[in-house]
Amino acid sequence: MTDRAAGYFLRVLMADTSFDVIIIGSGPGGYVTAIRAAQLGFKTAIVEREYLGGICLNWGCIPTKALLRSAEIYHYMQHAKAYGLKADNVGYDAAEIVKRSRGVSKRLNDGVGFLMKKNKVQVIWGEAAIDAPGKVTVKAGRGEAPKGTLGAGQYQAKHIIIATGARPRVLPGLEPDKKLVWTYFEAMVPPAIPKSLLVVGSGAIGIEFASFYRTFGTDVTVVEVLPQILPVEDHEIQAFARKSFEKQGIKIMTGAKVTKLDKKSDSVTATIEADGKSQQITVERVISAVGVVGNIENLGLEKLGVKTERGIVVTDGLGKTSVPGIYAIGDVAGPPMLAHKAEHEGVVCIEAIKGLHPHPMNKAMIPGCTYCSPQVASVGLTEQAAKEKKLDIRVGRFPFVGNGKAIALGEDQGLVKVIFDKKTGQLLGAHMVGAEVTELIQGYVVAMNLETTEEELMHTVFPHPTLSEMMKEAVLDAYGRVLNM
Amino acid sequence: MPTNILMPALSPTMEKGNLAKWLKKEGDKVKSGDIIAEIETDKATMEYEAVDEGTIAKIVVPEGTQDVAVNAVIAVLAGEGEDVKAAASSAAKASAAPEKKAEAKSEAKPEVKQPPKAEAPKAPAQPAAAAKPAEAAPKQGARVFASPLAKRLAKDAGVDLSRVEGSGPHGRVIARDVEAAKSGKGLRAPGAAPAAAAGAPSIAPAMSDQQILGLYEEGSYDLVPHDSMRRTIAQRLTAATNSMPTFYLTVDCDIGKLTAAREEINAAAPKDKDGKPAYKLSVNDFVIKALALALQRVPEANVSWSEAAMLRHKHSDIGVAVALPFGLITPIIRQAETKSLSAISNEMKDLAARAKGKKLKPNEYQGGTSSVSNLGMYGIKDFTAVINPPQSSILAVGTGEERAVVRNGKIEIATLMSVTLSCDHRAIDGALGAQLITAFKTLIENPVMMIV
Repeated sequence: MTDRAAGYFLRVLMADTSFDVIIIGSGPGGYVTAIRAAQLGFKTAIVEREYLGGICLNWGCIPTKALLRSAEIYHYMQHAKAYGLKADNVGYDAAEIVKRSRGVSKRLNDGVGFLMKKNKVQVIWGEAAIDAPGKVTVKAGRGEAPKGTLGAGQYQAKHIIIATGARPRVLPGLEPDKKLVWTYFEAMVPPAIPKSLLVVGSGAIGIEFASFYRTFGTDVTVVEVLPQILPVEDHEIQAFARKSFEKQGIKIMTGAKVTKLDKKSDSVTATIEADGKSQQITVERVISAVGVVGNIENLGLEKLGVKTERGIVVTDGLGKTSVPGIYAIGDVAGPPMLAHKAEHEGVVCIEAIKGLHPHPMNKAMIPGCTYCSPQVASVGLTEQAAKEKKLDIRVGRFPFVGNGKAIALGEDQGLVKVIFDKKTGQLLGAHMVGAEVTELIQGYVVAMNLETTEEELMHTVFPHPTLSEMMKEAVLDAYGRVLNM
Repeated sequence: MPTNILMPALSPTMEKGNLAKWLKKEGDKVKSGDIIAEIETDKATMEYEAVDEGTIAKIVVPEGTQDVAVNAVIAVLAGEGEDVKAAASSAAKASAAPEKKAEAKSEAKPEVKQPPKAEAPKAPAQPAAAAKPAEAAPKQGARVFASPLAKRLAKDAGVDLSRVEGSGPHGRVIARDVEAAKSGKGLRAPGAAPAAAAGAPSIAPAMSDQQILGLYEEGSYDLVPHDSMRRTIAQRLTAATNSMPTFYLTVDCDIGKLTAAREEINAAAPKDKDGKPAYKLSVNDFVIKALALALQRVPEANVSWSEAAMLRHKHSDIGVAVALPFGLITPIIRQAETKSLSAISNEMKDLAARAKGKKLKPNEYQGGTSSVSNLGMYGIKDFTAVINPPQSSILAVGTGEERAVVRNGKIEIATLMSVTLSCDHRAIDGALGAQLITAFKTLIENPVMMIV
């Protein structure tokens, strides 16, 4: 009798550290994978060292959208007259804007905790390293461990999924110092709105901050080493967006490089080289937004022989790394480093582990959104990429000025552009700039995933009056049938 | 106001197409949804549905016309209570410059009906994807779920969608499946598709492509993608073999008289001023004629099986297998029993030449009541041929050669040709088949009788 009772007790203790799946990192990739794993019946744990929800919820996608919403409303208040409204003494309180943004993050952060509990996913608080396939050691994490979480210790799992995300890239000479030279962490919680700002890098992060600060009156200069801003976008969209930004007063220097930063007590003098010429500008703050790099360190990958390449873990499209039992998804598994890519990659990975035979994600159909003003959204091939691939294409365009809803909104500047394969009618890409396009792009993404051709799009009834009508018009334009232009 | 019926665009990029067939004739009443014509491009054939009710007043573009421009007027429809003759005469004017006028009209007058787009999703399971001779491929089985892009790719590549293994959600056929199918991967055996075609008796499944590839060492073969003709041959002949109980009858024919007659006739052929003879008969021309006449003598064997009834054909339309570089096709000599040997001979030369140039119209190789397959020129002594449905017989002809025969207790030398008749037992019983081949033998051994 006694023996049996003792054995039973021991097994309960053991069970707490032994799982089917352990996921390292609770960003959007990690926590979504954890939920899916639980749905599939796996006993699942997720390790987080600092923030449930990762960068996305806490220092990325979500809090920046909150900031940009403040900027947008401020912009409308400044232009109230254009809508027949009066708004005098329009102003802002930087601290309150930041407070709202942090509040939004906190709410979602709590939401992830709730989701983990609801799905019976065990949260382990701390920093994980993989000792061997099946074995994870967790060291104490940062900050206070939320209630109900496990702490430092040894854990076992048949499948270990690395979802550790990415962090800002650091360029030599441009090292962030948290005070004068910011990354997105500091840029998101400014003590005050700086009078002048240098943004290095014109990807989504750089451009969103440029747009945010410009709206609040900051003198913003964007420096991009490549020939055009928003480097991954279609040339036409890049040019359109650039023109809009410049009209708003953002200074843009492309094909330019920041070679030196001279820091004073409350300002920075930057040396910028472009076209073989060198110039200096002095700004209050600098934001380094030169991309992100995967968090592959301190996980024990090297020792285990997990293959990495240029800062990311090499996977097979279903999340498998070179070592059986160890998987990687999301930013740490390579570009595009986007939350929605991470989420889907995680789902595919765990479904493959379950033996459901999912198809690897088609990276050509991952949309990208930038929430500057005007917004930019795209999916699939750009016109230049299609031409490089020597594809025979049809291009259709429709401008916001031809759309009733856009004019009624007072947002008549923008463009919708679509690219079709001439022979098969396959929708190869869609590119948009203008109000609310980040909410529109999904229509095309669904169409692409269902493999519709131009015919189905032309036969689809789009509601009137909406901005989405432009999506149909652009398709019609590609086939010489545009109606409202 | 008569309505012009315009040449439809089967795809947004189509500029012209062939009017393969009219299914209505002048004076016929049509209502919305009726199939009035078949339109084909180099890739596909589509049924053309009427959108309006009325009477076909005039057919402007006759069937078989090639390269008809999209939006050209192909017929005129008189509406309810309208004068058909007046409508027809208005068509005469319209047809004077069909292209120009049609275009101008469709822009200027909204009442001119645009033809409906014959789009793929509307058509049943397999929208004529099977490039032409495949047409008999039945519209059987359950609906094939496929993405629009997959349908279009399949149509362009001549891939039969019902045979493609779908890898999308719930087995939906998506673009990559069609791409794979082009090289033969993931193709189901014809007829075995799709999964559980309601109640069809299960046939032992053919080997999967993976299984086949697994039997050969990689690199020891080249993969040659199937073209649409190859797929059609495979599909139709597999269907024939699976669905038809077939038996074979072989006889030896003494063609001594035929050989002599042929030489005599050819020698007597009138020559034109270049010295070219008006005809040069081949043994095969005699075979065609003899089979055509034999079918007339044994009309019970000139039949096609259909589930509802037996089709007893009035004429002998004889298909003749013509080998092409990567396939074969059987153009048809219509009413061969009524044609002279020289007419058959010249027609055959023309059909064979156009078959090699892939210039045959569908009505030149579809239908037929029996066929001839001749491998004599390759020295084949005798063989059996696969019946080309819906025909119910085919005659396999071997080489003519001198053989020793025993006559009246003596060994003699005679020129013999072995022929084998394959018969569809559903339509032709053994004795009937024997009558047919005996009739043939009598005629071919006594060619003089063909003149009667």
